Amino acid sequence: MTEKNPAAGTDDVFAAPDMPFAPAAIRAVPVRRPGRWISAAILLVFVLMFFNMLAFNKNFGWDLVRQWLFWHTIVQAVVVTLELTVYAMVIGIVGGVLLAVMRLSSNPVSSSAAWVYTWFFRGTPVLVQLLFWNNIAALVGQQIGFGIPFGPQFLHLNTNSTITAFTAAVLALGLNEAAYMSEIVRAGLLSVDEGQTEAAASLGMRRAKIMRRIVLPQAMRVIIPPTGNETISMLKTSSLASVIGVVELTDASESAIHLYFKAIPFYVVASLWYLFFTTVLSIGQYYIERHYARGSSRNLPPTPFQKLMRMNLSFRRRAYTYAPAGTEKGPS
Amino acid sequence: MTTISVPQSDGSPGTADRPAVEIRDVYKAFGRVPVLQGVSMTVREGEVACLIGPSGSGKSTLLRCVNHLEKIGAGRISVHGQLVGYHEKNQRLHEMHDRDVAKQRRTIGMVFQRFNLFPHKTALENIIEAPLQVLGKSKDVAVAEAREHLEKVGLSDKADNYPTQLSGGQQQRVAIARALAMQPKLMLFDEPTSALDPELVGDVLAVMRGLAESGMTMIVVTHEMGFARDVGDTVAFMDGGVIVEHGDARQVIAEPQHARTQAFLAKVR
Repeated sequence: MTEKNPAAGTDDVFAAPDMPFAPAAIRAVPVRRPGRWISAAILLVFVLMFFNMLAFNKNFGWDLVRQWLFWHTIVQAVVVTLELTVYAMVIGIVGGVLLAVMRLSSNPVSSSAAWVYTWFFRGTPVLVQLLFWNNIAALVGQQIGFGIPFGPQFLHLNTNSTITAFTAAVLALGLNEAAYMSEIVRAGLLSVDEGQTEAAASLGMRRAKIMRRIVLPQAMRVIIPPTGNETISMLKTSSLASVIGVVELTDASESAIHLYFKAIPFYVVASLWYLFFTTVLSIGQYYIERHYARGSSRNLPPTPFQKLMRMNLSFRRRAYTYAPAGTEKGPS
Repeated sequence: MTTISVPQSDGSPGTADRPAVEIRDVYKAFGRVPVLQGVSMTVREGEVACLIGPSGSGKSTLLRCVNHLEKIGAGRISVHGQLVGYHEKNQRLHEMHDRDVAKQRRTIGMVFQRFNLFPHKTALENIIEAPLQVLGKSKDVAVAEAREHLEKVGLSDKADNYPTQLSGGQQQRVAIARALAMQPKLMLFDEPTSALDPELVGDVLAVMRGLAESGMTMIVVTHEMGFARDVGDTVAFMDGGVIVEHGDARQVIAEPQHARTQAFLAKVR
């Protein structure tokens, strides 16, 4: 059969062995969809209005924005915002994994301790926690001592010089985040099939190793997207630290506003920086997800670059390689 | 007790007299639902023992008790003379520490109905995982051995494929290779072909047959009566948490004595 129809057997899906020739490809008139055109037109009007406002509304003060975007005070504040985000997320993720493992452990003491922690830190506003940490000296006194509980202390630190506004913010944001991360990690761990643990156990692996080598890497697929979400959220929540006097992006913008009596340009500056870093984080998240997708689907999702290349190729293929085979009759 | 003593089958490769697995008066319940109600059975070294019976009869649970994936409520199970999951001191049972349970499981391979390959690792990585992490073998040695095992199950060309890129039959053969890489003295098979397309069953059974011929001690929970008859040395028919009939494989399958066994075999044949 293949001899009679040379196109068959290559990539022609129509040419089944018992079919002497394939039917011609369908060329139908597409359904009219006027709704799409109307909605596109309406949207276009809104987009034009928006850009018109951006371009011609003097109150944006674009020349000021350009001038202050890379002003050293702003850039320094951006660095502080990033530091807050990174440190708080590190505490949040490490603490979250620890809490999730404790919560799922068979040890009733550690599982209830983890539950109480999550209950407390999710149950109070993060702003209240920030203020609490900032006023920690009022709770523990001017000195923090480290030593044997109820016994002698070896190390004394001045509370106010140890817990600065910055460390208070990192602690408050990080410890609060740990409570949320623990639920994310727990969901991830629970999503891994129990058969995985059983298979690993039957190979003689011990619990900690099964968690680290088998369960956690698989849980990552479920953990990464909400963690990306949390990181982006943290970048912006770090602006709350301005309340306790940490000079981060929002606080620096506020100060600039008070100096120059121009509000909007500085809010635009702050927003542009936040937008820039959330974009960077989203891209980072995409590649981390791709890394942990190994083995979970038959093919890895393409990188944006690969997508672009493939789109280009598929346009070309459609343009000249699709000649419907079997339009010529094969003798049967 | 409904069990009967196991007759010695002559000439077949399972005639060594040393017991590999001894199961004595085992009871087990999930909550209030009784699953095993007094099961006793001995599997000798080199024997291929098949467990057959309707679903819910307790055969999978019994198998999972042998490597302590399930705890038994009463009775004793020992593998190669060693009590499973407990130490016995001064006639008292002491629960085994995690570390000792894990050590015990090293010599007992298990193959699951749903394969349970590690999806984030390639076939080769699945096989070398435990030799590297548990036995502390060097990577070169582990990889070389893994390739031998892959060849034995006929999948040398699939070393770098992830489980999702393999058919069910191929996955199950990798799972068998993974268990064999620990050089177990006993292999447990929990319905290894029940999740496979009919045309893939043969490949897996062929690997298991080869393993049986090499003298491996095996306990196989199966619905493949042909395999039980041809490869099994003994067959135990379970129903309602007890062993109803237990004896020479060909005899039990061809001429079942018990009415319940006869009814079951008439249906599955």
